[in-house]
Amino acid sequence: MSQQGGAQQRLLPNQEIVTQSSPLSFQRLQLRGLNLALERAFGMTTKSMIQEVQDSGIVGRGGAAFPAGLKWLSVNEAAGHSKYVVMNADESEPGTFKDRVLLELDPLLPLAGLAMAAHGVGAHKAYVYLRGEYRHLFSPIQQAWELLERAMPQVLVPLEVRLGAGAYIAGEETALFNSIEGKRPEPRLKPPFPTVQGLFLQPTLIHNVETLANIALLFRDGADRFRAYGSTATPGTKLVSISGRVNRPGVYEVPFGIPLLEILEGVDTAQGMQGGQHLQAVLLGGAAGSFLTAAEVGEATYDYPDLRRYGASIGSGALVVFGQSDVLPEVAQTLAQFFAEESCGQCVPCRIGTVRIKEMLEQFSLSEKQSDLRDLAQTMRDASICGLGQSATTALISLLDRPVLWNWGL
Amino acid sequence: METGDFRQLTIDGEVCRVAAGTPLKDACLLAGKEIPTLCWHERLTPASTCRACVVELEGSRTLVSACSRLVEEGMVVHTDSPRVLHARRGIAELLLSVVEDAQVPELQELVQSTGADVAHFRFGATLAQPTRDDNDLYIRDYSQCILCYRCVEACGEDAQNTFAIHVAGRGFGAHIDTGFDRSLVDSDCVFCGNCVQVCPTGALMDKTEWTLRQTGEWDESCIQVSETTCSYCGVGCALDLHVLNQRIVKVTSPYSHPVTQGMLCVKGRYGYEYVQRPDTSSVHSSAP
Ligand SMILES: Cc1cc2nc3c(=O)[nH]c(=O)nc-3n(C[C@H](O)[C@H](O)[C@H](O)COP(=O)(O)O)c2cc1C
Ligand code: SF4
Ligand code: SF4
Ligand code: SF4
Repeated sequence: MSQQGGAQQRLLPNQEIVTQSSPLSFQRLQLRGLNLALERAFGMTTKSMIQEVQDSGIVGRGGAAFPAGLKWLSVNEAAGHSKYVVMNADESEPGTFKDRVLLELDPLLPLAGLAMAAHGVGAHKAYVYLRGEYRHLFSPIQQAWELLERAMPQVLVPLEVRLGAGAYIAGEETALFNSIEGKRPEPRLKPPFPTVQGLFLQPTLIHNVETLANIALLFRDGADRFRAYGSTATPGTKLVSISGRVNRPGVYEVPFGIPLLEILEGVDTAQGMQGGQHLQAVLLGGAAGSFLTAAEVGEATYDYPDLRRYGASIGSGALVVFGQSDVLPEVAQTLAQFFAEESCGQCVPCRIGTVRIKEMLEQFSLSEKQSDLRDLAQTMRDASICGLGQSATTALISLLDRPVLWNWGL
Repeated sequence: METGDFRQLTIDGEVCRVAAGTPLKDACLLAGKEIPTLCWHERLTPASTCRACVVELEGSRTLVSACSRLVEEGMVVHTDSPRVLHARRGIAELLLSVVEDAQVPELQELVQSTGADVAHFRFGATLAQPTRDDNDLYIRDYSQCILCYRCVEACGEDAQNTFAIHVAGRGFGAHIDTGFDRSLVDSDCVFCGNCVQVCPTGALMDKTEWTLRQTGEWDESCIQVSETTCSYCGVGCALDLHVLNQRIVKVTSPYSHPVTQGMLCVKGRYGYEYVQRPDTSSVHSSAP
């Protein structure tokens, strides 16, 4: 798998840095400018740190794109006898593998972001919740934290790394808290939100790995320089995980606002379709994402406002590319199986709904069951407790909305 | 305006003022709108898992569960919009696609009020499974379970604090488990029957009632209830003795009772046979 960045490579270390330093070394810390970034951040007041995060326009990279500054402010203002920061490294969205690459290539960057976040919101302890299958990263994460502790003596909070046990739902923030607390990873009802009542019912700041990597860059460069990348609507760069029928699947770094087609065809990125294949569709944002047709991919830019026009979103940054020989209703079946297996089973619309969707796709054709599928999808979207049930049918509906991708009789 | 400990909100176009901390469901009732529920129980923390109580809250992307969501200043709520009715109908249809004609009045009402088509999603897996009859006091028929979490809560922090049962498995396979599917006798269960008391379906049922139902002898209309106080210890739990044909067939306790709040221990709930044995004096005198 390739791990090259594009022309604007910041989250991923460039070739020079990779060859000159090992990921867990002081030299890497210095080459990345992280020692200075940490000193700068820890020299700031909480208030000015939060202001800088707000000025940066960073939105969460875990899927929901919530403004990071608002979360920081809310945790900071919330009352609690202790506060926590959590790095969400559960990365289980199908087609998404960028957090793994980031943690393998440069664990110091997101962990420096975690240390800064702890300072920024006044947390007493930091946690990393690591996907069970990423256990090879357990010890590097601990080592990276120790290295940061040596670089910044006496100021870092304690870190605990917790390993997941193979449940997609444990990546949902409140299910993740339950898991850390030793309970079943069932999502909680919101409100109360994590910023007010999170881990151990205390105010908690939870961020995706990539969001925290951006935080570290922000405090290294300052908000103005941070905003020099990306679009006005969405400053910064994004790690995309590209899989499917392209020449060079892998993780790439692109600025927000780049034409979508350029990500698929760029020489620095996926380098176009595999021999003989024509682009049919892209599943954007993972299993809970949306299908875009080749024509839409040709027009869209990779940014939240533009993708909204197609009812799509960036989600986790996954792009799964399908060629003309791929049968998308079969892909929809695979996705339905995934959700039926990964539902926590807590609420009726999702526990039973995901199974009924799966069965309908297995037993009937899309055109036969189109209205029943839409009917059930609406119940699941409206009435499920968490994002899993609410978005389990997003990809399916996006497919139904694009008959050119499945209704060959037309 | 947010004043004192009151919140002002609009429910189906009507402005109401209710105490802060009131669940939407109760606020709706004050406004004359009854909200359907299945998993909710007066004595237990709302689990909000059935989703039958969803209402539309302006500004919210999804519907919200009225049993758990507390009132907030300025909320605008719709309790019977098309979206709400659609979701409730879907929930009734989904439940009826897995449990055989459930004897749950609330579910039947939900079917009535939403015009649910009971056969709509009946084409796949169901919960059909044998009844578990592994002890003398109550049976478990999980083919009727709607996974409302009431039994788990009653066994856990909301009443009994025994934690003998919990949900295990995921997705459609999620089910009530004693831990590695042990028989109840081998589990941590202390047979207080509090889970049976709160179960809204026939999934948990006292063995006596179940046996009488099997033989067609259970007749709800002939049952008379006598109020008394448990004679086993000094706590003073109120008991309702359910009597059918001169025999005690079931013991419950009123939820309104200040001591029990509806919950009992194994002696109060199941230790009643001595009352109706012909003569037990010989048993006592022969004890060593
Ligand atoms: C079913 C489900 C799974 C999720 N899995 C992940 C995950 O693996 N990693 C992640 O960062 N966020 C995941 N999220 C999103 C988190 O709940 C949360 O929004 C995120 O960690 C917040 O971080 P951010 O603000 O940096 O995006 C998931 C959400 C849902 C509903
Ligand atoms: S929507 Fe699905 S995953 Fe989320 S709480 Fe409900 S059953 Fe669990
Ligand atoms: S009888 Fe009592 S202890 Fe046993 S499972 Fe039910 S609530 Fe728990
Ligand atoms: S056994 Fe009864 S109380 Fe327990 S979850 Fe099932 S229906 Fe609810």
